[in-house]
Amino acid sequence: MAKCIIDGKKITAPDGTPILQAARDNGIDIPTLCSHESIEPSGACRLCVVEIKKGKRSKIVTSCLYQVEDGLEVDTKSERVMNVRRLVLALLLARNPASEVIREIAVKMGVNPQPRFKLDEDKGKCILCRLCVRTCADIVGVNAIGLSHRGPSKTVGPPFDEDSSACIGCGACAYVCPTGHILMEEKVDERKIWGRRFKMKACDTCGRYFAPLDQLEFISKKTGVSVADLSICTSCR
Amino acid sequence: METARTDERTKLREIIARYHGEKSSLIAILQDIQEAYNYLPVAILKMVGQEMDIPLMRVYEVATFYNAFSLTPRGKNVVEVCAGTACHVKGAINLLENLERELEIKCGETTKDETFTLEQVRCLGCCSLAPVVRIDGNIHAYLTQQQIPDILRNYRK
Ligand code: SF4
Ligand code: FES
Ligand code: FES
Repeated sequence: MAKCIIDGKKITAPDGTPILQAARDNGIDIPTLCSHESIEPSGACRLCVVEIKKGKRSKIVTSCLYQVEDGLEVDTKSERVMNVRRLVLALLLARNPASEVIREIAVKMGVNPQPRFKLDEDKGKCILCRLCVRTCADIVGVNAIGLSHRGPSKTVGPPFDEDSSACIGCGACAYVCPTGHILMEEKVDERKIWGRRFKMKACDTCGRYFAPLDQLEFISKKTGVSVADLSICTSCR
Repeated sequence: METARTDERTKLREIIARYHGEKSSLIAILQDIQEAYNYLPVAILKMVGQEMDIPLMRVYEVATFYNAFSLTPRGKNVVEVCAGTACHVKGAINLLENLERELEIKCGETTKDETFTLEQVRCLGCCSLAPVVRIDGNIHAYLTQQQIPDILRNYRK
């Protein structure tokens, strides 16, 4: 157990707990974009910065990564913290003018678009946090998408910017994306994502279209359970 | 067509075998492919994925990350115009524009007959010779626009 102070509040948390989680468990709110409960933190968005004090030294760290320590003093809303957060947001506003999520956070924090940062037109809503890529690789196990190229031209998507033949249409990337960059169009018996159409399978019991056929085939191949046995939706099981 | 494919695969397998198929040698393997083809053909990259059991996406990420790799065919002679500080001051831009006109391509492109690829690079490390253009590894020092047609003619042969 580590005893620390967050915003003047004495807090005890198990060793290894990130500051972000310790703060949230104690009702202290820290804005984030790239943190997700099912995926290890990676510190990509820099929105969750806080100021920590150890003895006389203080520094800015990302709270999703930095872990609680005995005697640590954390300030989640100091002037220094707010300055960094405002700058991060101003940059994000310029990169992703279309993102409602980023605009909302900016409004809440009173950050306006800054004329000194030119607005990007080709980045969509993607902040390059890699959550979708890691979900696809580590949780789904498919590796259909990634971040290709580098620097200003870095983009998320399938290889060769083509329709992804590896994709199984599960939609986990669209679900996990914090800014809604990934579009998934759904009609009753069809779903479209990453430029590819997926036929949906109807539940054998209730008739509801519940999953793409490709996904069921993928699960079947991995687990050895037949597609027929997988053709009943979770509500009917 | 089919035999061509098989030949390509054999060639690729040889390259991969040089590195005992180690996944961590992906960059070296891509370098060797680039050496063999002058660029990284899509069909070969797809084979790399299959042969090495690496998701195609990961191969593509590496292939697009490094400037040393090209996904489009490159010409027999790569023309690199130095745009470093010294060469810039000495009028590298004019050389580049002149080369674009002479070769009838834009910077970054390859001529139709695949003899030349025109590229811009940062400081080649011989600023005292500015402005310089490197063609096929040869440094052309104190280059003037007037010399360009003759020099290109030599490489066309
Ligand atoms: S698409 Fe969304 S989840 Fe994927 S890198 Fe971009 S912002 Fe992150
Ligand atoms: S939540 Fe910590 S960097 Fe994004
Ligand atoms: S700037 Fe061209 S060689 Fe240094």
